[in-house]
Amino acid sequence: MQTDVKDKQFAKSFDPMQFMMGLLLLSGVLVFLVGGFVFLRDATTSKWVITPVAIVWGVGGAGLIFWSMNWIVEQFNDKWVARLQPLVFVGPALLFLFWYLAVPSIRSFGMSLYGRDGITFVGLANYADVFTNRLMLEAFRNNLIWIFYGTFFSVVFGLLIAVLADRSKAERLSKALIFLPMAISFVGAGVIWKFIYEVRPAGDPQIGLLNALVSTLGADPRAWYVWPEIIPWNNLFLVVIMVWMQTGYAMVIFSAAIKGIPTEIIEAARVDGATEITIFFKIIIPSIQGTIIAVTTTIVIFALKIFDVVWVMTGGQFGTEVIATAFYRQSFVARNAGLGSATAVVLLVTVIPVMIYNLRQFGPKEETF
Amino acid sequence: MGNAKQQKLIGNLSVNGGLFLLCLIWTIPVIGLFFSSFRDRLDIQTTGWWTIFPHQTWNKVAEIDPRETGLDPDGVMEVRGVQGTFKEMREGITSPDGTTQVIWIGNKRIGWIEVQEYIWTGGSWDFTLDNYNQVLGGKEFEYTNDDGTVEVIPGDNFWGSLLNSLAVAVPATVIPILIAAFAAYSFAWMTFPGRQWLFVIVVALLVVPIQIALVPVLTDYTRLGLNGTFLGVWLAHAGFGLPLATYLLYNYIRELPREMLESAFIDGASHFTVFTRLVLPLSVPALASFAIFQFLWVWNDYLIALIILGGNRDTMVVTMRLANMVGSRGNDWHLLTAGAFVTMILPLAVFLSLQRYFVRGIMAGSVKG
Repeated sequence: MQTDVKDKQFAKSFDPMQFMMGLLLLSGVLVFLVGGFVFLRDATTSKWVITPVAIVWGVGGAGLIFWSMNWIVEQFNDKWVARLQPLVFVGPALLFLFWYLAVPSIRSFGMSLYGRDGITFVGLANYADVFTNRLMLEAFRNNLIWIFYGTFFSVVFGLLIAVLADRSKAERLSKALIFLPMAISFVGAGVIWKFIYEVRPAGDPQIGLLNALVSTLGADPRAWYVWPEIIPWNNLFLVVIMVWMQTGYAMVIFSAAIKGIPTEIIEAARVDGATEITIFFKIIIPSIQGTIIAVTTTIVIFALKIFDVVWVMTGGQFGTEVIATAFYRQSFVARNAGLGSATAVVLLVTVIPVMIYNLRQFGPKEETF
Repeated sequence: MGNAKQQKLIGNLSVNGGLFLLCLIWTIPVIGLFFSSFRDRLDIQTTGWWTIFPHQTWNKVAEIDPRETGLDPDGVMEVRGVQGTFKEMREGITSPDGTTQVIWIGNKRIGWIEVQEYIWTGGSWDFTLDNYNQVLGGKEFEYTNDDGTVEVIPGDNFWGSLLNSLAVAVPATVIPILIAAFAAYSFAWMTFPGRQWLFVIVVALLVVPIQIALVPVLTDYTRLGLNGTFLGVWLAHAGFGLPLATYLLYNYIRELPREMLESAFIDGASHFTVFTRLVLPLSVPALASFAIFQFLWVWNDYLIALIILGGNRDTMVVTMRLANMVGSRGNDWHLLTAGAFVTMILPLAVFLSLQRYFVRGIMAGSVKG
């Protein structure tokens, strides 16, 4: 014990040699950061050189910043180390959280009160616009379609597949196959489904799978997701893409929950003569109710923010505009930051109930704080 | 007893049959894309990708000149046991047994009659790597069309985009994890004023849609000269991914055995040493799960890349390159399918090799905003 304390005091005492070394290292870090930035900004060499340099600079730079800030703090005496070290640890995270999320929320709200030029104060006019503009109303309607049908079918298929897989010998393989689309980008998935929906004039050989099937059955081929006569239901052909991707997510979570149901309960019901369907509705569904609500909430939020797939497939044309594409169009195409921000604020307000729920559920627990 | 066995068999069959059908529906889109990406440009435009498999089709077996055989186009003609007028033959007449089809090709005066039989063909497996050569390379590609004209189409330089995506995704994964791990450690093991409130903010920001932040962040970036830089994208992904990363890592780091950390402190280790030598190595499972989630999120991201990197050809990531291709050459399916597959290779490889971590990461990361 004695030697421990001694060591500690020794380490804290001032050592000019060590201090000089530290300063030298710090200036090295500075050179690395600035030099890397300048190199990447001006580099015209091959991508095969730039890419590794960028990766090493980005990853190494982040680590070095933490290391050197900590080194500076540890030069102070114990009392100050205890005060300053938390700042080193949590400070960068707070900087990012405030710069990228917390403060922008407030700034966006501020901007939403101003006109297109960002100077004229218009009060709540942008919000009035959001709720009366024809395109915005279309976007709200479509988002409701996405939220309702997208979530409903993802959850239903996810549950169905989880239950079926649980009873099958091919559980691992089938779950992997259903889950696989989650690894794909929405842009890639958009191309995949655009190809399935591809249409050729009636009579020509169809190269899109859906129209080939439809033609074989004797019906006319259609340009499904841009079919003007059935607006707004053409959106469902885009919703299919989301269901294709999100079912895997719902399935793995339901699957884990179903495995948590004690087998004795199900066996007992079987002995009592319950059919599989009764077991499903009377035992499985009630047992995983909490999970179903959680998954539904997550997918609803996902559907609320849907952007990539619509933007790539239709650009929001043909009656497929959604809130996120409207936001993009107003903010970055029409350059009307006021209206765009108002749209973003509406998006934020709709998730506030979930935010409150999360705070109640996952917020700081008494015993740990 | 026999009845129960029979019932079990039927149950088994319906479970596995239903599961097989669902897996098939979920997999076919990717299979279609995969095979199509290796098919020749003209094949893909004229026949469905499923024709590469053996299938039945109408094949020409004979050509009959009606003038030589003395058929009267104005009356009822009989060819190979099929009777019909000119008008009916223009549409094509199928024999009652469905094996032969007679079609009049061309106009009444100089046309001819084609006899077709419905027979099995072995499918066409003449695959090519040309599509991949063209989308990956940056060079120009020459085609000779059927009519002899030569078309020159620039390559899509997906190699460059793959490197860009890598240069974006690796630091954009490591930086937020590093920052979040430091923050999570300080929330779990350090005492400082405002700790509880700051954690509340982290949880509240979990579901904030990034749309709310895009315009203010872009304004800052313009001022700081970060627009169009990799650094800008890294920091943005770090900011937007941070609440989730901090929350997940906090949950894990908090559960580490208290005695182990306390004995390290008693031995005189500083927070920094405990964090880098003890906490980070022990948290590898949580770090890996989140890393995979964040990597795929960044790799598949389209919106942030679109807004921050913009349309600069030199810094374009794969999702943007593919989305641009959809816009500019929406009918070149041989290129779109190959391009889409190129964007998917890395996520699919990650998925197949690290499935366990991947599933855990997606499950944990699903609440991201």
